[in-house]
Amino acid sequence: MSKFNKKKGGELPAISTASLPDIVFMLLFFFMVATVMRENTLMVKNNLPTANQIEKLDKKDLVMYIFAGEPVDRYQATYGTSAKIQLNDKFAEVGDIQDFIYQERASKREELVPFLTTALKVDGESKMGLISDIKQELRTANALKINYVTKSGDAVKSNQ
Amino acid sequence: MAKRSAPEVNAGSMADIAFLLLIFFLVTTTIETDSGISRKLPPELDENQPPPPVIKMRNLFTVVVNSNNDLLVEDELMDLKDLRAAAVEFLDNGAEDCSYCQGAKAENSSTNPTKAIISLVNNRGTSYKRYIAVQNELVAAYNQLRDREAMSRYGETFISMENRFNDARTTQAVKDKLKPKLEIIKELYPEKLSEAEPK
Repeated sequence: MSKFNKKKGGELPAISTASLPDIVFMLLFFFMVATVMRENTLMVKNNLPTANQIEKLDKKDLVMYIFAGEPVDRYQATYGTSAKIQLNDKFAEVGDIQDFIYQERASKREELVPFLTTALKVDGESKMGLISDIKQELRTANALKINYVTKSGDAVKSNQ
Repeated sequence: MAKRSAPEVNAGSMADIAFLLLIFFLVTTTIETDSGISRKLPPELDENQPPPPVIKMRNLFTVVVNSNNDLLVEDELMDLKDLRAAAVEFLDNGAEDCSYCQGAKAENSSTNPTKAIISLVNNRGTSYKRYIAVQNELVAAYNQLRDREAMSRYGETFISMENRFNDARTTQAVKDKLKPKLEIIKELYPEKLSEAEPK
């Protein structure tokens, strides 16, 4: 009868963790494939507006990014709360945009220069005055292809 | 000599190493969301440029957004949700020789989609979100008409043809076939969206 008696004082068998590395590696590979390295540290708030008539920006190497918006809380003590432009990793003035465009152009191969696109990543709450100034500078620098980067979603609903 | 089995390598810390790498990649990378509304800016004005041609008032559709984000279309207050339909109605009016238009052919609206111009004026105080929403609706109006025309001519929407054309996986032969079709549609409904300097 002792066959059916439960063992007394027996230790719990250890859960095998041998497959844990496999699971973690799987996750690791997913993230390595699906994401790209962060290039810029955002110093401005960047809650992009929504739109649904959008085109994809491919050829990442041919895109120049201009960020704009209110400085994030960390920088508000130094830079105030009015919307600012960020180029690469620094705050910049409107007048610096032309230099930035020329630098970006110089760093690319010559035959690719006509295909360069400027992507504007601007916070939805910014005022159009700043964006018009940016656009005017881009016109002067003859960088005419632009893209307003947006999230995809219904533009009318998000504006109610 | 007794046969000795090879000692097992302790793989217990493998998980720790993998976790470390995983966390590193989680922190340093982003999933990019890079899509948006593509526009082309007008080139810098030349001083000795000939004056622009005269445009009939009926061919001009004025959209004004003020600093309170109010939308003024042809001097009348309008809700954002009605903008797309109003723009389609204006573009597709086709009062004079437009065989493919399905509009009302009204006397006070545009003569032909190739002549109809949408003028967008915004204030320096307009919020960017609002501006993008208005742009989006106007682009949507053009896309709606182009889709309709492409559908009736080629049985495929303009957007899907354009996506296929821009896709890197599409072969050159297919691209060559798509290109003239896209150009015809673009010619029938050219995107004439003019932006004035904000006041």
